[in-house]
Parts: sequence; structure tokens; C-alpha cells
Amino acid sequence: MKREIFNSGIFTRRALLVAGAEVAVFGALGARLYKMQVVDGAKYTAMARGNSVSVRLLAASRGRIFDRYGAELATNRQNWRALLMVEQTNDPATVLDTFSKLVPLSDSERARILRELRTHQRYVPVMLQDFLSWDQMAQIEVNAPDLPGVLIDVGATRIYPQSELLSHVVGYVGPPKDADVKADPTLTMPGMRVGRTATEGFYDLDLRGHAGAQQLEVNAVGRVIRELDRQEGTPGVDLGLSIDIALQQAVADRLVGQSASAVVMDARNGEVLSMVSQPSFDPSLFDSGVSNTQWQSWMADPRKPLINKAAAGLYPPGSTFKTVTAMAAMTSGAVGPYETISCPGHFDLGNARFYCWRKGGHGPLDLKGGIKNSCDVYFYNAALRTGIGPLAAMAQRFGIGADLGVDMDNVQNGLMPTKAWHERVHHKRWALGDTVISGIGQGFILTTPLALATLASRIATGRTVGPHVARSRAGVVQTGAVAEDWPKMELSEHYFSLIRQGMWAVVNAPGGTAPAARLRLAGVQMAGKTGSAQVVRVGRYAREHGFNSLNLPWQLRPHALFIGFAPYAAPRYAVSVVVEHGNAGADIAGPIARDIMTDALHLDPAGRDHPLPPTPSALVTPSVRAS
Amino acid sequence: MMERRLWREGSLGIAGKVWQTNWLYVLLIMALAAVGYIALYAAAGGSPEPYAQKQLVRFGIGFVIMVALAMTDIRRIATWSWPLYALGILLLLLVARYGHVGKGAQRWISVGGFQLQPSELMKIFLVLALARYFHRASYERIGNLLFLLPATLAVLLPVGLILKEPNLGTAVITATIGGAIFLAAGVRWWKFVIVIGGLAAALPLAYHHLHDYQRERILTFMHPERDPLGSGYNIIQSKIALGSGGLLGRGFMNGTQGNLDFLPEKQTDFIFDLIAEQFGLVGSLGVLFLLLLIVLGGMLIALRCRHQFGRLVALGISVDLFMYVFVNIAMVMGAIPVGGVPLPLISYGGSVLITAMIAFGILMSVHVHRDVEFPEDALASRR
Repeated sequence: MKREIFNSGIFTRRALLVAGAEVAVFGALGARLYKMQVVDGAKYTAMARGNSVSVRLLAASRGRIFDRYGAELATNRQNWRALLMVEQTNDPATVLDTFSKLVPLSDSERARILRELRTHQRYVPVMLQDFLSWDQMAQIEVNAPDLPGVLIDVGATRIYPQSELLSHVVGYVGPPKDADVKADPTLTMPGMRVGRTATEGFYDLDLRGHAGAQQLEVNAVGRVIRELDRQEGTPGVDLGLSIDIALQQAVADRLVGQSASAVVMDARNGEVLSMVSQPSFDPSLFDSGVSNTQWQSWMADPRKPLINKAAAGLYPPGSTFKTVTAMAAMTSGAVGPYETISCPGHFDLGNARFYCWRKGGHGPLDLKGGIKNSCDVYFYNAALRTGIGPLAAMAQRFGIGADLGVDMDNVQNGLMPTKAWHERVHHKRWALGDTVISGIGQGFILTTPLALATLASRIATGRTVGPHVARSRAGVVQTGAVAEDWPKMELSEHYFSLIRQGMWAVVNAPGGTAPAARLRLAGVQMAGKTGSAQVVRVGRYAREHGFNSLNLPWQLRPHALFIGFAPYAAPRYAVSVVVEHGNAGADIAGPIARDIMTDALHLDPAGRDHPLPPTPSALVTPSVRAS
Repeated sequence: MMERRLWREGSLGIAGKVWQTNWLYVLLIMALAAVGYIALYAAAGGSPEPYAQKQLVRFGIGFVIMVALAMTDIRRIATWSWPLYALGILLLLLVARYGHVGKGAQRWISVGGFQLQPSELMKIFLVLALARYFHRASYERIGNLLFLLPATLAVLLPVGLILKEPNLGTAVITATIGGAIFLAAGVRWWKFVIVIGGLAAALPLAYHHLHDYQRERILTFMHPERDPLGSGYNIIQSKIALGSGGLLGRGFMNGTQGNLDFLPEKQTDFIFDLIAEQFGLVGSLGVLFLLLLIVLGGMLIALRCRHQFGRLVALGISVDLFMYVFVNIAMVMGAIPVGGVPLPLISYGGSVLITAMIAFGILMSVHVHRDVEFPEDALASRR
């Protein structure tokens, strides 16, 4: 024992102390394990999931748009593009630098990418470059190791095969704006487009469909290991328009070079078979943003190529409105159907004198004669007796200054003035003179060619047909495709018949105002009404000293209008034509309407795809175009 | 107590040594190695290649070394203490001069194609050297400051060299081992108070002299969110892996953090995360308990040894193991700065495994030779 000179007691005590400390530390480690794994386990589990699960949105393909026979008006074409998956790269700036050495990026592109990198959700990829060439794709693939997070992807571009022919009807798409993104965050996906005008705009939500989502398991460097879950999106709805591109082409050819618009409508159901506004534009220019020079040239063109004049061009209806005045006067009882009014060439109201277009006057005329001759004095009288209230109400029933519920964006409703409107807007009392000139479609009244075609349709069929362009959705024909879907107008059929007879006489009777509009077809006749809408007021002095509007500069000449329907015996097509500053409706718009109607009857889009009731007019519809 | 067994000058026969071996302890070591095999199998995505199989072979080699050392007379080992210490210092100097630079530090040297980390070996050599120095030192002698000076220098020299590599983690462990042996040998309490107080006062100064990467590590440790994709990444991912295990774990081979490579260095420093992620609190506490048994087993060997050399050696090795476990697990939990300290027998890596098996071998030898008598003159400290 003596040899054990050290003190084993001290060792034992201190060793036990060390062991105790070790046990205490292990206990602390264990407690912390419990805290992290059990108490905070859910938090860390969620973080692990967030690490390894990447949500990707699956863009829904935009619905296509067809004409009534299935010709593509708007479709999608695949293109190759480079995307940057933000969550898969630690250093987007370096990746961007490397990428721009392979595919040059403009400063504005670079700025856009950096902005999207800042603002987008992590799981939403940022598009680096669209429309990659094969060479660029190969370059990117070869350099993939230096481009973490960059992947090549198939995107869709909106294509308009008919280009300028249907740009006003179909509209176009453009990159989403901030407000769009706020409403639908999936629009931040690369290459997403929003419908901007016309059909693309109105049916945007249907065409867009719903984005799907994909949950992917990714590893630390972002490589996809497997798909965990997939919710397919719903592709956008395909739309079938009532437009017939053959007729559309014929009408566009007839109007080319003019600043003009025309609408051909199925008079029985309001289907728009053709809607042309000349000049037009190429809708694909909007897809990636319009260049400044292009925009400047559009803005500088007085014929306003970007505006769909058929639906958004506002014109006084001029004498075409006399059909409405006639119905209002008869229905209100102000003028009897066979009552004659004498026209001395002018109409005096107090000190004011209102002229008839025919200097010498028409003499005594009944309603049919008034329409046939387009006598202004007859309708001054009719309007004054009817009063602006009933006249405005009737106009709105025929679609003048009323919301027609057209299924297109950027459609104007026009304006039908009333006393209340005048006082509210102009803070003036309504004058009787305003009623007088309203009777011949002048003054404050404004309307569009689309509404005028609707007016013609309603006169022709006596039904409240509403103009619309979408005939079918996803291949299913929608309600409104047959006449029975549109209620009768609850006006006297007798009065309708008288107005139609007057319109028949305008075109077909000797002495009618629009002989040039007569169809050169055997057995088919068009009824119609001309109109000239003054752009400047013609004073008394000028009228009495040989005023001729042809001497005016182009932009001050009156607009030439024509509305009509055919076949007269069993109306199927309604047409409206407005030639801006075309001067006289009869000489300019009438022949255009005649040619358009001839094309419509020849192509017969309304008769070809759904059975027609066996009417005599159907039998006499020519199957070949007459000279 | 002394009646139980005679002190023997001579050695036991080989059969006697085998009989004396603490086989229960060997079983614990093998269990730990098995845990390591499973973890490495999972780390390779469910394959024995490239980690588990190789590690098993190394364990086999290590096992042979361990048994050989266990059979070696502890008194012979004691006579090697000083030369081994000198060898360790030499290796540290070599590594400083010719070592491989890896991750901003010079820690490795090649010996015949074998990667060696001398700082690992140095810890064992230091334990042997200190144990030998304090062997037979009386309580009164230990009270003498002058007597403590050489021992203190013997600790500070390797600690300084390891710090210079730089390898802060191992340096701290080495210093702690030294401190533990000082304590067990009977150094007075007030001296520890003064040293620890002095160190605490010098800490700001030390921080000033740290390498940038070490400072960065400390800053990142305190605010991992500071740089979630840079230096904070390891800590954050490690905590996520550990915490997402929950009570029962996500299932063998089902951990996303490990399988999908979010976890950095998962087969080495962060291997405990793999276990925790896959087997949850049950698994991680189980491994922690196994490690505790091994550490306490070392302490038990120390307490049962009847010579001071063996006691101090066993205690030093036990503290070494304890420090490994503590630093590693606290590191993966994000409780202390990341330090590059592996988990013995579980982490992939030859150098650490072999050193650990050498340490276990010496521990075994202490156990087998717990009752031997040291000749008075042979190891008497030179005074």
C-alpha cells in the first residue's frame, strides 16, 4: 500500500465528477434533441418539405378561335424558349451573365428579366429568351453545367393565320399588365398572354382556361427526382365564331382602300357573318409589344386602322334612321300609315327653317313614299308630332343608342338623345328643333355600323335579334343560333310590312333613292335605306346658293351609309355599310351593299350549316354569282 | 480489496488476457460500428458502395489493431509514452510544413498512400504522456507549480500547433483532455478557476486572431439566416434534417434532406443528421445512449484500474470520446459553431476510425492490465 503514494481517493472523486458532468451534458443533448425533433418537429418537417418540394404551374393552352366552318382564326404555335428556374440557382446574376454570352440580350430584355427576378414567386420561372434558334438551343444545352437553373421549354405563341382580315373581330393578345396579374397570379408564368380587344378580350377568361400545378421532388441542386402530384389544368375553351372567312374576305376586298366598315348579319338570329373595318392591322404585332415607329404610323393615319369602325365607329345614322321615325310615328299614332304630308322643300319651325334634300320638294307623300323618296320634310313632321320621348324609346328598341350586349370588347353603344340627357350633359333645355332633326337621324344621335345592321335585321324579321360573334363554345352551338331564341318585337306587323315595302321601293321601284343598290340577281331583291351623315352643318346661305358637298375637303364630307336586307320576301341577311366621308349614301354605300349582299347570298353562310325553313326565297337563292 | 487478486510483476498469459478482456465493451463498440454501417449505407442512397463497405474493411483493420493493443502490456505502452509524444509533435510539424491544404486548413499528411490526420493521433499521445508524467506524482507534488509547468507546456505545444493548422475544434478538444487529466491527477481547483477566468478574459483578443473563415463560422453560427445559401446553409440544412425526424423518424432511406443532397457532408460530419432524420428521436436518443455507455464504460475502466497511469489514460480517452460526441452532436444541432469534428465509428473516414480503434485498444489494455504492478523505478518521474 505504501507504494501507492498518489491519492486514489482524489482520482475517484474527480473522475466521478467528470463522469457526472458527461452525463449532464449528454442529458442536455438529449433534451435538445427532444426539443428539436418532437416539440419543433412539425416546423422542421415543413421546412424539409419546402426544401424538397417544388411547385410548378402548368400553363393551360389558350382556346383556339375558328370561323363557322372551322377555319383557324387564332391558334397557338409551339416555340422553344429558355427559362430560368429561380429556386434552382443560387446566383441568378452570374447565370444571366453567362447566358447573355450565348444568347445576346438587349438592355430592355435584361431589365425585364431582373425585374421579374425580383417580383416573381420563387416557383415561377422567369423567361430569358423566346423563339430560340436551333443554334442557340445547342449552345445552351452544351453549356448547361454553367447555367444552373436554365432549362429549355416549349412555349406557345398566339398565331393569327388570317392576319389583317380578322384582326378587328378576333382581337389580339398582349403581355399581362400588373392589374391582370393581381387578378390571376398564374399570369406571371412565362409567355402568358391576355386577350386585349374584341373576341380575345371579351372571352379572355374562357379562352385562358385554368393552370394546373405539378409538385416535384427536387434535390439540393434543383434536379427533379420525381413527380409527387399533378393537377392537370383545364385548357381554354375553343370558340367557333359565326364569321365566314370567305364572305369576310369578299367584303374586305370590296372596301379595301377606303376608310369604311361593313357588317353582314344573319337577320334571323343576329349572327355576325362578316364584320370588316378598313384599313386593318396585323394582330401578331401586339404579341411581343409594338414598336414605336409602328405605333406612330398607326396614330398618324387619319383612317384609324386600330379602331374597329364597325363596332366602335360612331356616326349619325342619317336617313337610315327614318325607318325608326316611321315606326315611332305610326305606333304612337302621330301619323297614320296612309296619311299624306306635303313637302314644299322646307319645314319651318318658328324662325328656323329646315330643308328637304330635294330643293323643289316632294309634294304630298304617304309613309311608303316618304321612305322611298327619303323625304326629310315628311320625317321632320313625323318626328315633331311623335315627340322626342317616344322617338328615343323606339330608337332604343331597334338598337340605336342602346346596349346590344355584343360579345366583343371595345364596342360602342352610340347615343340616342333624350330631354333628360340633354339637360344633364349640356345644361340646356331641349329645343323642338332638336326633335325635328332627330327625325332624320341628325343632331345628337350616334350609332355604329353594327347597330345599324341590327336595326336592319330587326326591321326585316320583327325580332329582337342581338348581334353576336361567338356561335359555339367547345363545339356546342349556343343559344341564339335560331330565330326562335329571339322574341318578337311586339310591334304591329302591318307597320313593319309598310316600312319594308318603303325600303323595297328605295332600291327597286322607279324613282327610289338607291337604284344602284338593286341586286343583279334573278328572283332575289334587296330592300334598303340610304343615309348621309353630315360632318359639318350646312347653313341656309350655302343651301340656297348651290352647295355641293363634293367641293369640301375629304375629312369634312358627309359619311355615306346604307342599310339593307335580302331576300326581300324571306329576309335572311342584313347588311350595313358606312363609308367615311363617302359623300352620298346612295351613290357610294349602295353599290357596296349590293355587292356585299350578292356575295352573302352566293356564299350563303347562314343557309349552309343549319337547316333553313323551306321558304320560297330559299328556293330562288342563286347558287352562282351573277355578273 | 487487495486480497482479491495478487499484484503481479509478470504478465498474464495470452489466454488470461483474452479472458480479462471486457467483451461487453467490445460488443458496444461493434454495435456503434453497426450503426455507422447502416448510416453510411443510407448515405450512399441504399448501397454499401462507396462508403459502408470500405468503412467496414477499415473497421476490420482497426479491430485487429485494437485487439493487438489490448493484448499489449500497459506497462510497455507506458514506456512508449514520451517517444510517441515526440512523434506526434514531429508529425504536427510535418503537417504544418508539407501537409495537404483542404478547406483552408492544413490537417493531413500522406503516409505510404494513407491519409493521416496527426492531430487525431496527438490527442492519444498527449493522454499517454500526461498519464505517465502524473503517474506516481503525489498530491503534494502536484500542488507545486513548478512541477506542473512541464505538463502544461506538453499540453500547450500540440494545442498551439493544431490551432495553427488551423483546426479550432480539435485544439479545443485537446486542451480539454489535458485539463481533464490535470483535474483527475489532483491539480488544485483554484488553478482551474484562474486559467478559465484568464481564458474568458482573453477571448475577445483571441477572436481578433482567428482566421477569417473561423470568424465567419462564429458569426454565421450566431445568425444562420444572415446568409442562408452561403455559410449559414450547412447549419440550417442540418437543423432541418435533425428536426424533421420527429419522434419516430421518416423511415429508413426516406429522409429527403439526406437523399436529396440538401445535407452537406452527410457521410462525415453530419452523419448524425441522417440517423436523426430517418429514425427520429427514438433513433437519435438510442445512438446518444450507446455513445454515453461507451464514454461511461471508459470511465468505469478508469475507476476499476489500480494504477494511476491506467486510470489517467482511461479517463483521458473517455474524455476524448466524450468531446468528440459532444462537439459533433452539438454542432449538427446548431448549438455550437461548425467545427469539422466527426462522430467516431459512425462518420466515414479512415483516419478517425483507426485512431478511435487505437484509443479503444489502449483502453482495453488498461482494462486487461488493470491489476498489474508498475516497477517503482521504471516509470518513476525524473525529478
